[in-house]
Amino acid sequence: MDLIIIFIGAALINNFVLSYFLGICPFIGVSSKISSAISMGLAVIFVMTITSIVSWLINHLILIPYHLEFLTIPSFILVIASLVQFVEMVIKKVSSAIYRALGIFLPLITTNCAILGLALFAQMRDYTLIESIFFALGAGSGFTLALVIMAGIREELELANVPEPFQGAPITLIVAGLLALTFMGFAGII
Amino acid sequence: MKKQVSLHYEFLKGLWEINPIFKQILGMCPTLAVTVSAINGLAMGLATTFVLIFSSVIISSIRKIVPNQVRIATFILIISTFVTIVDLVMKAKFPELSKALGPFIPLIVVNCLILGRAEAFASKNNILRSFLDAFGNGTGFLIALLILGSIRELLGTRCIFGFQILPDGFSTLMVMILPAGAFLTLGLLLGFTNAYTKWKKEKSKKEILITN
Repeated sequence: MDLIIIFIGAALINNFVLSYFLGICPFIGVSSKISSAISMGLAVIFVMTITSIVSWLINHLILIPYHLEFLTIPSFILVIASLVQFVEMVIKKVSSAIYRALGIFLPLITTNCAILGLALFAQMRDYTLIESIFFALGAGSGFTLALVIMAGIREELELANVPEPFQGAPITLIVAGLLALTFMGFAGII
Repeated sequence: MKKQVSLHYEFLKGLWEINPIFKQILGMCPTLAVTVSAINGLAMGLATTFVLIFSSVIISSIRKIVPNQVRIATFILIISTFVTIVDLVMKAKFPELSKALGPFIPLIVVNCLILGRAEAFASKNNILRSFLDAFGNGTGFLIALLILGSIRELLGTRCIFGFQILPDGFSTLMVMILPAGAFLTLGLLLGFTNAYTKWKKEKSKKEILITN
């Protein structure tokens, strides 16, 4: 039951994009088409899940036993950067279909603050390994959900008559604000 | 050969012309997340400026030794060192602020503004210019955070920096201090900035026509 609460909490109530503001850059950059939004979302779920496992192991097997907590930031960011590279190589080798679908989005994920944010949140809240996996799945699904909804709205927005200074980033942010308001409606679920 | 620009321009351009938030649209995540109040915006701006200046200076001083292939990894390691310093100092000296900003201090590492300036400027220019560029960009970022934080705090709680400005009769807009308010305020500010830039450009065009 706790696991479900963690999952729903990360996906809907404390949605990473709309209430923690993590991963805004890809949210604005990649949300112009639904198909690329779905690919990006899947890539993020995938990397998030692996990151949550690896960062948990590093935190509990290396940093805490040897009292190296002050190295958290450099070690996490290095792990994420090398992990993304590694995952990219493995996918390229194993399945070229998946690689073609995710390919260009994987390198972008390194600089996605949602990934590092996820690792730091899981560490701050002292999640167990299973809990952090569910947290990662929830956060990734929430990110995908927000991205796909946004892409759907932006595809329609292309046809709308937006005042010229507001085209592009400004109108995207305003739409995101309205989306954040609707997501607040989930607050009462748990 | 690139045109040599004056030193004070290296500083001034960051304030408006290439302002990180209003013009380059870099470093959005911390901008939106911490600007619930002016003081949080100020703290975040100062922390980012500190990291930006020191990492730019270091990166600029080792720019000729670092092999091209590993430069991004090197930059990130240098940046994360300074972020760790800021994080530990804030935890020791300002525990309340550190708690309010939460994971957003460690997240300065992945602020695209810092890596962006390192890649686009510090890795190609000398130490003095890199310092001025970082200082200018950091100040521009700080100003933008202050504006955003002040607007949200003013409309959300009637105060700026905790001092009451608006009269009690003014009904507060709860939405401004919620996440949605951050998106709305920044979206509107960006739109107005674009409109102003466009208006100014057209005005200068007209002036040229008149003088001719």
